[in-house]
Amino acid sequence: MPGRQQALRAFVIACVLLSACGEAGPAATPSTRLSGSLIVFAAASLSEALTDNRTQLGVANPGLALTFSFAGSQQLVAQVQAGAPADVVATADEAVMQKLVAGNLVEPPRNFARNLLEVVVAPGNPKAVRSLRDLSRPDLKVVLAAPSVPAGKYARQALDRQGVQVQEVSLELDVKSELQKVESGEADAGIVYVTDVKSAGRMAMGVEIPVEQNVVAAYPVAVVKGTKSHQLAEAFADQLISGPGAEALRARGFLPP
Amino acid sequence: MRWGRVPVGLWVPAAGAVVLVALPIAGLLLRAPWSDLGPALASPDVRQALLLSAECSFGALGVALVLGVPLAWVLARVRFPGRDLFRALVTLPMVLPPVVAGVALLFAFGRTGLVGRYAAWLPGFPAPFTTEAVVLAEAFVAMPFLVITTEAGLRQMDQRYEEAAATLGAGPWRRFWTVTVPLVAPSLAAGAALCWARALGEFGATITFAGNLPGRTQTMPTAIYVLLESRPEDAIVVSLVLLVVSLLVLVTLRGRWLGTG
Repeated sequence: MPGRQQALRAFVIACVLLSACGEAGPAATPSTRLSGSLIVFAAASLSEALTDNRTQLGVANPGLALTFSFAGSQQLVAQVQAGAPADVVATADEAVMQKLVAGNLVEPPRNFARNLLEVVVAPGNPKAVRSLRDLSRPDLKVVLAAPSVPAGKYARQALDRQGVQVQEVSLELDVKSELQKVESGEADAGIVYVTDVKSAGRMAMGVEIPVEQNVVAAYPVAVVKGTKSHQLAEAFADQLISGPGAEALRARGFLPP
Repeated sequence: MRWGRVPVGLWVPAAGAVVLVALPIAGLLLRAPWSDLGPALASPDVRQALLLSAECSFGALGVALVLGVPLAWVLARVRFPGRDLFRALVTLPMVLPPVVAGVALLFAFGRTGLVGRYAAWLPGFPAPFTTEAVVLAEAFVAMPFLVITTEAGLRQMDQRYEEAAATLGAGPWRRFWTVTVPLVAPSLAAGAALCWARALGEFGATITFAGNLPGRTQTMPTAIYVLLESRPEDAIVVSLVLLVVSLLVLVTLRGRWLGTG
């Protein structure tokens, strides 16, 4: 069947072209076009901004194929330690990234964004939560992220500074599961990032935490050592610091590094 | 058949199957901190997870026995239209991805769920984030193992004993307890052991529906998942406990009840 042969030939050519692209990641400045494919491990809180980024980068770099794995930063680090095939890792915490640096698994990380905490409640704030202090109220079901999750660590720092004791109902394993518990109405309040509340849209609303009570989360990105797409991974990290990636992050409410 | 006559085409893949199963377990055993077993098991959060797992898995087994054995009897003995579909429905949790089971439980028993909306005020209601929720999640996932094993036993059983008891004047309820249950006891025990082991290992439905809080909803599998990031050694120790328990269940089952030992 000639039709099928043609299709097969086209497929083979496409494969050859694709693999050629993959090998030749160009030494790119943030403005040049990227092509090839990358596996990016990123903190759960980055999911909307980076998937936005996927389309933005897609427009800027039609040849770039990104595969994302979103999870709690501590899980991503454990996976990279176990040899997961990531090219780039972006976490919500410098301390957890230091584990990879100490294990000689990544190149020197660079910070690309900052984030702040916010109390998240149901739309319209039916339980009238006004402050961090309110989270100790016994009539509230409060969810937090587990202490090993960056969001959970930051939340605990903020609560400790105010001397607030919280009796949480669950310690979720990443910040998005925590947010989901509030969005679904199972929990009354939680402490998440400002960007999470923003991405939740009408499903939830935020109660601002004053700057002097807040904790700043710094997001580092690092290229995994031994990646086959080293230059491309570097270029991708560059675009997070300034370029289409950075623009997507700002649009989602992330602060500059 | 003697070893020498086993065709190469069979023993090579068979050996591959053994390697496939044995390698990860060997990996676990080799990494186990054998000298620190005691202290790891005694650490408060590990002990808490062990106790909670025991409590919840036996609770789930209790629920499964009370509800599942009568269900098995109905499936085996009562003829009604759509019985096969009905059986498929009640054994669905066996093949359902556990996370889906957790989401489904949320839609039924959550604050805005089908039942949870009205009944959450009841004492002991399995609302999300409670120990009762863990028991419910485990029972939901594990009960089908008891039901199908018991039903198979009921079908294989010689029903003439029940008929004889009936001619001697025993009513249906009495026949069920004094004739049927003792005769089907081996299947019942095998089903109960499988059900309990499945409940003990439940993870996906539990963490989705009941969350993760040490002492209240954090069972052994969740503790392993959490510990793996912070104290991998302790995670391995808890994994070993689950491994030994599962192995004991299987060895006992094959030897005593499945008749292949």
